[in-house]
Amino acid sequence: MHDFVAATLGGVLIGASALIILAGQGKIMGVSGIVARLLPPIASDWAWRIVFIAGVILTPIVARFAFDINPTVEITPNVLILAAGGAIVGFGTVIGNGCTSGHGVCGIARLSWRSVVATVIFMASAVISVALIKIISGG
Amino acid sequence: MKLFTIFLAGIIFSAGLMISGMINPQKVIGFLDIFGDWDPSLAFVMGGAVLVNAIGIRFVLRRKKPLFETKFSLPTRTDIDVRLVAGAVLFGIGWGLVGLCPGPAIAVLGAAPQKALVFVAAMIVGMYGARFIKTPAPE
Repeated sequence: MHDFVAATLGGVLIGASALIILAGQGKIMGVSGIVARLLPPIASDWAWRIVFIAGVILTPIVARFAFDINPTVEITPNVLILAAGGAIVGFGTVIGNGCTSGHGVCGIARLSWRSVVATVIFMASAVISVALIKIISGG
Repeated sequence: MKLFTIFLAGIIFSAGLMISGMINPQKVIGFLDIFGDWDPSLAFVMGGAVLVNAIGIRFVLRRKKPLFETKFSLPTRTDIDVRLVAGAVLFGIGWGLVGLCPGPAIAVLGAAPQKALVFVAAMIVGMYGARFIKTPAPE
Protein backbone atom coordinates (compact mmCIF):
# COMPACT_ATOMS: atom_id res chain seq x y z
CA MET A 1 0.00 0.00 0.00
CA HIS A 2 1.31 3.44 -0.89
CA ASP A 3 2.26 5.58 2.11
CA PHE A 4 -0.33 8.23 1.29
CA VAL A 5 -3.13 5.67 1.01
CA ALA A 6 -2.09 3.97 4.25
CA ALA A 7 -1.87 7.34 6.00
CA THR A 8 -5.32 8.39 4.79
CA LEU A 9 -6.85 5.05 5.77
CA GLY A 10 -5.21 5.24 9.21
CA GLY A 11 -6.47 8.79 9.57
CA VAL A 12 -10.02 7.74 8.71
CA LEU A 13 -9.84 5.08 11.44
CA ILE A 14 -8.55 7.62 13.98
CA GLY A 15 -11.38 9.97 13.03
CA ALA A 16 -13.90 7.14 13.35
CA SER A 17 -12.58 6.29 16.81
CA ALA A 18 -13.01 9.92 17.89
CA LEU A 19 -16.60 9.81 16.65
CA ILE A 20 -17.33 6.69 18.68
CA ILE A 21 -15.98 8.36 21.84
CA LEU A 22 -18.05 11.47 21.13
CA ALA A 23 -21.22 9.55 20.30
CA GLY A 24 -20.86 7.13 23.20
CA GLN A 25 -19.18 9.06 25.99
CA GLY A 26 -19.87 12.61 24.81
CA LYS A 27 -16.19 13.45 25.23
CA ILE A 28 -13.23 14.56 23.17
CA MET A 29 -10.88 11.73 22.21
CA GLY A 30 -7.75 13.43 23.46
CA VAL A 31 -5.18 10.92 24.60
CA SER A 32 -3.23 13.32 26.85
CA GLY A 33 -6.42 14.19 28.72
CA ILE A 34 -7.59 10.59 28.86
CA VAL A 35 -4.28 9.61 30.50
CA ALA A 36 -3.75 12.73 32.65
CA ARG A 37 -7.13 12.48 34.34
CA LEU A 38 -6.26 9.02 35.59
CA LEU A 39 -3.64 10.63 37.82
CA PRO A 40 -4.61 11.76 41.32
CA PRO A 41 -7.07 13.27 41.89
CA ILE A 42 -8.53 10.56 39.66
CA ALA A 43 -11.51 11.64 37.55
CA SER A 44 -14.81 10.03 38.51
CA ASP A 45 -15.23 8.76 34.93
CA TRP A 46 -12.06 6.67 35.04
CA ALA A 47 -13.49 3.41 33.67
CA TRP A 48 -13.84 4.41 30.01
CA ARG A 49 -10.37 5.96 30.10
CA ILE A 50 -8.77 2.72 31.31
CA VAL A 51 -10.71 0.65 28.79
CA PHE A 52 -9.76 2.96 25.90
CA ILE A 53 -6.06 2.82 26.86
CA ALA A 54 -6.27 -0.97 27.20
CA GLY A 55 -7.64 -1.19 23.65
CA VAL A 56 -4.80 0.99 22.33
CA ILE A 57 -2.09 -1.06 24.08
CA LEU A 58 -3.55 -4.49 23.34
CA THR A 59 -4.08 -3.95 19.61
CA PRO A 60 -0.39 -4.12 18.57
CA ILE A 61 0.11 -7.09 20.91
CA VAL A 62 -2.78 -9.04 19.40
CA ALA A 63 -1.67 -7.98 15.93
CA ARG A 64 1.76 -9.47 16.59
CA PHE A 65 0.84 -12.70 18.31
CA ALA A 66 -2.42 -13.56 16.54
CA PHE A 67 -1.84 -12.15 13.06
CA ASP A 68 1.96 -11.81 12.85
CA ILE A 69 1.61 -8.12 11.99
CA ASN A 70 4.66 -6.18 13.12
CA PRO A 71 4.60 -2.49 12.22
CA THR A 72 7.98 -0.78 12.02
CA VAL A 73 8.79 1.06 15.24
CA GLU A 74 12.17 2.80 15.18
CA ILE A 75 13.06 4.66 18.37
CA THR A 76 16.62 5.94 18.07
CA PRO A 77 17.13 8.42 20.96
CA ASN A 78 19.02 7.27 24.06
CA VAL A 79 17.34 6.82 27.44
CA LEU A 80 18.10 10.37 28.60
CA ILE A 81 16.51 11.92 25.54
CA LEU A 82 13.52 9.55 25.82
CA ALA A 83 12.99 10.59 29.43
CA ALA A 84 13.41 14.30 28.70
CA GLY A 85 11.11 14.10 25.67
CA GLY A 86 8.47 12.17 27.58
CA ALA A 87 8.51 14.60 30.49
CA ILE A 88 8.23 17.66 28.23
CA VAL A 89 5.41 16.06 26.22
CA GLY A 90 3.49 15.14 29.36
CA PHE A 91 4.00 18.53 30.97
CA GLY A 92 3.27 20.50 27.80
CA THR A 93 0.12 18.62 26.82
CA VAL A 94 -1.44 19.10 30.25
CA ILE A 95 -0.49 22.79 30.45
CA GLY A 96 -1.72 23.28 26.86
CA ASN A 97 -4.90 21.21 27.39
CA GLY A 98 -4.32 18.71 24.62
CA CYS A 99 -2.12 16.95 22.10
CA THR A 100 -2.26 15.75 18.49
CA SER A 101 -5.51 13.86 19.01
CA GLY A 102 -7.42 16.30 21.23
CA HIS A 103 -6.35 19.56 19.60
CA GLY A 104 -5.10 18.32 16.22
CA VAL A 105 -7.89 15.93 15.27
CA CYS A 106 -10.93 16.65 17.44
CA GLY A 107 -10.41 20.36 18.04
CA ILE A 108 -9.76 21.28 14.43
CA ALA A 109 -12.77 19.21 13.33
CA ARG A 110 -14.89 21.21 15.80
CA LEU A 111 -13.31 24.43 14.50
CA SER A 112 -12.16 25.27 18.01
CA TRP A 113 -10.02 28.40 17.80
CA ARG A 114 -7.89 27.31 20.78
CA SER A 115 -7.17 23.99 19.10
CA VAL A 116 -6.31 25.56 15.76
CA VAL A 117 -3.85 27.91 17.50
CA ALA A 118 -2.39 25.11 19.65
CA THR A 119 -1.96 22.80 16.65
CA VAL A 120 -0.22 25.44 14.53
CA ILE A 121 2.11 26.21 17.46
CA PHE A 122 3.01 22.63 18.38
CA MET A 123 3.53 21.67 14.73
CA ALA A 124 5.82 24.68 14.22
CA SER A 125 7.61 23.98 17.48
CA ALA A 126 8.13 20.32 16.52
CA VAL A 127 9.43 21.23 13.05
CA ILE A 128 11.92 23.70 14.56
CA SER A 129 12.86 21.15 17.22
CA VAL A 130 13.68 18.50 14.60
CA ALA A 131 15.63 21.00 12.49
CA LEU A 132 17.69 22.19 15.47
CA ILE A 133 18.43 18.66 16.64
CA LYS A 134 19.74 17.84 13.16
CA ILE A 135 22.00 20.88 13.21
CA ILE A 136 23.28 20.16 16.72
CA SER A 137 23.90 16.48 16.01
CA GLY A 138 25.56 17.42 12.72
CA GLY A 139 23.12 15.34 10.66
CA MET B 1 -22.05 -2.45 26.10
CA LYS B 2 -20.68 0.98 26.93
CA LEU B 3 -17.21 -0.19 27.85
CA PHE B 4 -17.14 -2.64 24.95
CA THR B 5 -17.85 0.23 22.57
CA ILE B 6 -15.08 2.33 24.13
CA PHE B 7 -12.72 -0.66 23.92
CA LEU B 8 -13.58 -0.94 20.22
CA ALA B 9 -12.75 2.75 19.78
CA GLY B 10 -9.36 2.10 21.40
CA ILE B 11 -8.72 -0.79 18.98
CA ILE B 12 -9.73 1.29 15.96
CA PHE B 13 -7.56 4.21 17.12
CA SER B 14 -4.57 1.93 17.64
CA ALA B 15 -5.11 0.20 14.28
CA GLY B 16 -5.21 3.65 12.69
CA LEU B 17 -1.87 4.54 14.27
CA MET B 18 -0.35 1.25 13.07
CA ILE B 19 -1.68 1.41 9.51
CA SER B 20 -0.83 5.07 9.01
CA GLY B 21 2.75 4.76 10.28
CA MET B 22 2.14 7.20 13.16
CA ILE B 23 3.31 4.44 15.50
CA ASN B 24 6.83 4.75 14.08
CA PRO B 25 8.65 7.71 15.71
CA GLN B 26 11.29 7.76 12.97
CA LYS B 27 8.55 8.24 10.36
CA VAL B 28 7.03 11.03 12.44
CA ILE B 29 10.40 12.76 12.61
CA GLY B 30 10.63 12.37 8.81
CA PHE B 31 7.28 14.15 8.58
CA LEU B 32 8.45 16.96 10.86
CA ASP B 33 11.75 17.31 8.98
CA ILE B 34 10.36 19.69 6.35
CA PHE B 35 13.76 21.33 5.76
CA GLY B 36 15.44 17.97 5.21
CA ASP B 37 14.33 14.74 3.55
CA TRP B 38 10.64 15.50 4.08
CA ASP B 39 8.12 12.64 4.17
CA PRO B 40 4.77 14.43 3.81
CA SER B 41 2.62 11.27 4.03
CA LEU B 42 1.56 11.73 7.65
CA ALA B 43 -0.24 14.97 6.74
CA PHE B 44 -2.85 12.62 5.28
CA VAL B 45 -3.40 11.08 8.70
CA MET B 46 -4.55 14.36 10.14
CA GLY B 47 -6.38 15.18 6.91
CA GLY B 48 -8.33 11.92 6.92
CA ALA B 49 -9.03 12.04 10.65
CA VAL B 50 -10.20 15.66 10.65
CA LEU B 51 -12.37 15.15 7.57
CA VAL B 52 -14.17 12.07 8.93
CA ASN B 53 -14.54 13.70 12.31
CA ALA B 54 -15.78 17.05 10.98
CA ILE B 55 -18.47 15.36 8.87
CA GLY B 56 -19.46 12.86 11.56
CA ILE B 57 -19.71 15.44 14.34
CA ARG B 58 -22.57 17.16 12.51
CA PHE B 59 -24.62 13.99 12.76
CA VAL B 60 -23.54 12.98 16.27
CA LEU B 61 -24.30 16.38 17.81
CA ARG B 62 -27.83 16.33 16.41
CA ARG B 63 -28.63 13.95 19.22
CA LYS B 64 -29.62 15.48 22.52
CA LYS B 65 -27.14 13.37 24.47
CA PRO B 66 -24.46 10.73 23.93
CA LEU B 67 -25.44 7.06 23.99
CA PHE B 68 -24.03 6.23 27.42
CA GLU B 69 -23.98 9.56 29.25
CA THR B 70 -26.48 12.25 30.15
CA LYS B 71 -24.81 15.07 28.24
CA PHE B 72 -22.05 15.99 25.82
CA SER B 73 -19.15 17.56 27.69
CA LEU B 74 -17.09 19.45 25.15
CA PRO B 75 -14.62 22.26 25.79
CA THR B 76 -16.19 25.70 25.52
CA ARG B 77 -13.23 28.01 26.08
CA THR B 78 -12.25 30.33 23.24
CA ASP B 79 -9.54 32.44 24.89
CA ILE B 80 -5.90 32.07 23.88
CA ASP B 81 -3.91 32.23 27.11
CA VAL B 82 -0.24 31.91 27.87
CA ARG B 83 -0.67 28.34 29.14
CA LEU B 84 -2.12 27.15 25.85
CA VAL B 85 0.74 28.71 23.91
CA ALA B 86 3.52 27.67 26.31
CA GLY B 87 2.09 24.15 26.59
CA ALA B 88 1.94 23.77 22.81
CA VAL B 89 5.52 25.05 22.39
CA LEU B 90 6.81 22.59 25.00
CA PHE B 91 4.80 19.69 23.61
CA GLY B 92 6.23 20.42 20.15
CA ILE B 93 9.80 20.38 21.47
CA GLY B 94 9.29 16.99 23.11
CA TRP B 95 7.47 15.60 20.08
CA GLY B 96 10.32 16.65 17.81
CA LEU B 97 12.92 15.29 20.21
CA VAL B 98 11.61 11.71 20.16
CA GLY B 99 8.87 11.56 17.51
CA LEU B 100 6.24 10.38 19.98
CA CYS B 101 3.06 12.16 21.01
CA PRO B 102 0.78 10.70 23.71
CA GLY B 103 -1.45 8.51 21.47
CA PRO B 104 1.32 6.66 19.63
CA ALA B 105 3.36 6.50 22.86
CA ILE B 106 0.59 4.45 24.46
CA ALA B 107 0.32 2.23 21.38
CA VAL B 108 4.10 1.68 21.35
CA LEU B 109 3.73 0.34 24.90
CA GLY B 110 2.12 -2.63 23.18
CA ALA B 111 4.33 -2.72 20.08
CA ALA B 112 7.78 -2.15 21.61
CA PRO B 113 7.35 -1.90 25.39
CA GLN B 114 11.04 -1.95 26.33
CA LYS B 115 11.61 1.24 24.34
CA ALA B 116 8.36 3.00 25.13
CA LEU B 117 8.38 2.47 28.86
CA VAL B 118 10.93 5.18 29.66
CA PHE B 119 9.11 7.72 27.51
CA VAL B 120 5.65 6.93 28.89
CA ALA B 121 6.85 6.83 32.50
CA ALA B 122 8.48 10.24 32.04
CA MET B 123 5.35 11.51 30.27
CA ILE B 124 3.21 10.53 33.25
CA VAL B 125 5.63 12.26 35.63
CA GLY B 126 5.47 15.38 33.42
CA MET B 127 1.67 15.25 33.41
CA TYR B 128 1.60 14.94 37.15
CA GLY B 129 4.10 17.76 37.54
CA ALA B 130 1.87 20.02 35.48
CA ARG B 131 -0.78 19.60 38.16
CA PHE B 132 1.27 21.85 40.39
CA ILE B 133 1.17 24.63 37.82
CA LYS B 134 -2.43 25.45 38.61
CA THR B 135 -4.25 24.55 35.43
CA PRO B 136 -6.88 21.88 34.82
CA ALA B 137 -5.90 18.78 32.86
CA PRO B 138 -7.43 18.55 29.37
CA GLU B 139 -10.70 16.64 29.04
